[in-house]
Amino acid sequence: MSTDTNCNRAGLSKLDYGGKPTTLCKGCGHDSITAGIIQAYYELGVAPHSLAKFSGIGCSSKTPTYFVDRAHGFNTVHGRMPSVATGASVANKKLTIIGVSGDGDTASIGMGQFCHLVRRNVNMVYIIENNGTYGLTKGQFSATADLGSTAKKGPANQFPTIDCCAIAIELGATFVARSFSGDRKQVIALVKAAHAHQGIALLDIISPCVTFNNQEGSTKSYSFVKEHAIPLHELGFVQSQDEITVDMKEGEKKEIRLHDGSLLTLRKLDREYDPTDKMKALTAINDSRQKQELITGLLYYSDKGTDLNTLLNTVESPLWALGEKDLDPGPEALKKINASLS
Amino acid sequence: MATGQSIVNNLSIRVATINGTGSQSANNLLFKSLFRMGIGVCAKNLFPSNIQGLPTWFQIRVSEQGYQDLREFDDLAVLMNAETAKDDIAAMRPGTTVFYNSSIIKFTEDQIKPGMSVYAIPVEELSKGITETKLRHLLKNLFYVGALSHLYEIEIEVMKSVIQDTFKGKQSAIDANVAALQIGIDYAKANFTKADNFLFKRANCNEGKIIVEGNTASALGAIYGGCTVVAWYPITPSSSLAESCESYMKKLRVDKDGKAKFAVIQAEDELASIGMVLGASWAGARAMTATAGPGISLMHEFIGLAYYSEIPAVIFDVQRVGPSTGLPTRTQQCDIISCALASHGDTKHILLFPASPTECFEMGAEAFDLADRMQTPIFVMTDLDLGMNAWVDNAFEYKAPSFDRGKVLSAEDLNKVKDWGRYLDSDGDGICYRTLPGTDHMKGAYFTRGSGHDEYARYTESPVVYTRNMDRLLKKWHTSKKYLPKPVLKGDINSKVGIIAYGTSDHAVVETMDRLSTTSLKYLRVRAYPFTQEVEEFIKSCDVVYMVEQNRDGQLQQLLEIDLPGIQHKLRPIRYYGGFPLSADIVERELTKQMGI
Repeated sequence: MSTDTNCNRAGLSKLDYGGKPTTLCKGCGHDSITAGIIQAYYELGVAPHSLAKFSGIGCSSKTPTYFVDRAHGFNTVHGRMPSVATGASVANKKLTIIGVSGDGDTASIGMGQFCHLVRRNVNMVYIIENNGTYGLTKGQFSATADLGSTAKKGPANQFPTIDCCAIAIELGATFVARSFSGDRKQVIALVKAAHAHQGIALLDIISPCVTFNNQEGSTKSYSFVKEHAIPLHELGFVQSQDEITVDMKEGEKKEIRLHDGSLLTLRKLDREYDPTDKMKALTAINDSRQKQELITGLLYYSDKGTDLNTLLNTVESPLWALGEKDLDPGPEALKKINASLS
Repeated sequence: MATGQSIVNNLSIRVATINGTGSQSANNLLFKSLFRMGIGVCAKNLFPSNIQGLPTWFQIRVSEQGYQDLREFDDLAVLMNAETAKDDIAAMRPGTTVFYNSSIIKFTEDQIKPGMSVYAIPVEELSKGITETKLRHLLKNLFYVGALSHLYEIEIEVMKSVIQDTFKGKQSAIDANVAALQIGIDYAKANFTKADNFLFKRANCNEGKIIVEGNTASALGAIYGGCTVVAWYPITPSSSLAESCESYMKKLRVDKDGKAKFAVIQAEDELASIGMVLGASWAGARAMTATAGPGISLMHEFIGLAYYSEIPAVIFDVQRVGPSTGLPTRTQQCDIISCALASHGDTKHILLFPASPTECFEMGAEAFDLADRMQTPIFVMTDLDLGMNAWVDNAFEYKAPSFDRGKVLSAEDLNKVKDWGRYLDSDGDGICYRTLPGTDHMKGAYFTRGSGHDEYARYTESPVVYTRNMDRLLKKWHTSKKYLPKPVLKGDINSKVGIIAYGTSDHAVVETMDRLSTTSLKYLRVRAYPFTQEVEEFIKSCDVVYMVEQNRDGQLQQLLEIDLPGIQHKLRPIRYYGGFPLSADIVERELTKQMGI
């Protein structure tokens, strides 16, 4: 491990986690999330080559090129990144997988694949950069736009919103969080905790589109979100190897021991919130929507899930690395098969 | 009593029943018993898209040559379905021998055609003799099997061995089946006098042969080809291919600790199944899906991504009758163009055309080497006839695997390479080097995308770079020809009259050639697309080429016309697309008509 103060535990500098320059609009929330992802992986000391980045299509889905250039990345097709990530996870369970999607990519064209990714509990971090609008096609409503929220060109959205966090909880996700791109500290803590979680970890991050959905009347504009965002708790993350130095008074904190041994601390803010109670989480999400509040933080957590690779009971070696010795059943087995077919 | 000379081991039987009534196992008993007697036999199940209650027919064809194509007309009919009996009788030729369930079917004098022998089996009355009352409705199908076995001399001991193997260890089931069979035999003994000349006699046609469905063969091919990831969505007629993969992998690919060296995922739809295949292949595993035409239609977008971003994939297309839902349980060769040019934009794919279970096994394995070598989807184009019917074919032959992973660079390799770009054609064959995610090297990673990219996998919209890349992809497609299975040439090589066919049409063409043995003909069976040099030379050497296809629009002919300009005037279509397996009766009729012989 390097002792250089500009290096992380893996001896790498932050530059090692950088990507290509962004081509998104100036001030785009997605760029803040990208910065958060870089910071999280840097602080975690994730080996860049062990990471695999996935996305679908849309502004959000461009972002994997903007972080960790030294990792393989795959910009797939619209709404269908979940299946590609699933295949990669199964082929190589040693990969650390992050998928970045948008609200159109997940909640409209990709709703089906998203649901099945969640119910299969694929071991990955799934980020929705949620701005309630189709940016790349210039400002149409997406399915996460709130009922009554107005578009840049004027009309109000007539359809109820799809809440991906509520759906994910319903489908059995065991790590579901909501955040705001403007809350860098929370985003970083959540990415780190999601990384430490085994199984699907969903981060629905409201990320205002400064070009097509930042007007008055939009419930996903920067100012609206900033005003209405209510953190449920202050999050702290202590990596498994680190000494626990968090100092909180009893009754003010809750600790969650994550799969890899890391610790997520939740310091109580204004209200009581227990993220391990599924029904209360769903109620809180519903209530916040009624009140036009944006509750952020870890909405739901459970350590009870079994991820897909565990269910498939596959060997330790990545499937791709198996050779002839493992894969060729040989001539004797074929003889037996022939004998059984007459 | 029958007069005249016996017709030994040469007849076709059609059994008309209702699906879901247990007739399938009765028919299989008949089929397998003949096989075990060493007789050349073929079975075709002509079934409905339904689980219970609709008409279904099963043809068992016996020939000295062991022909595996359908007969258009039958010598012997078994009528167990009252609903279709009238039409079944009307379709029969004079001289047909008929067995029918006289409890439910009225067979009147005026329906009898010249030379017909008719045997009534009072199935419902006889079924009272079955003591296992719960199984009566299933076991009564064995009466006609018993009657046939008595009149045409199928060995009872052989039949018992088939029953024993079918119900391994379940003695009560074995006893019940044997007893029901005996009821049929006894009834025939007491009541039937043989009036035709057909006879079965032990022969020696099946040395080294097996009975297998093409889907099972494809699955085994995939396993011997090193496939580790299967993602699929249930669709007739391909479901049994994926299911067979899973059941054999569970037997052949589990380590001593019970850990799986494979993953089979039933996806939520065909889009997801091909997506999973691409993800797994991108990560380096050998991955496949199995589907049919409607699934291929859904997969087009992903197939374009695989073509353009150059990801291996193996797709088994067990073709069924289209368009749309079409006739889901009937066969056709109707996805040739849809697969050859799958997806939007300029795309050209590689197709393999197996004609038999043996080839499903061989090409099923070969497809994975090809996919890795060419870094593109490989389509194995089977069909319902091949996939779901039980075929008599040569036993599978073991071939030590090559497991050619194609151009993959490890971290070590990267140290030696001066200039690596994911889409850099450094060998000049259009095939570039890839790395796998997880490669621990500073320069090992690249970004995969379906949008414009340059030689170093960087985003670009440059017309020059785009054009260069598309031209290289075409070059790569041409390069594939040297790895593809060569076509098979048969007949009189000096003939100027040619036939081209592919896939399951082979069996009807081969039989037609035998029937027309005095006519000078040559036949080229195409086994892959793109067409290799041999195909072009064959057509050039002919004045006329008859294109035998199981589709309306001559899909392979269209590809020939696109790829080999100037040959169009030589091609003559012989097309059948009704949905039943192709019969030599049809090919012979069409060919002789067109040739004027």
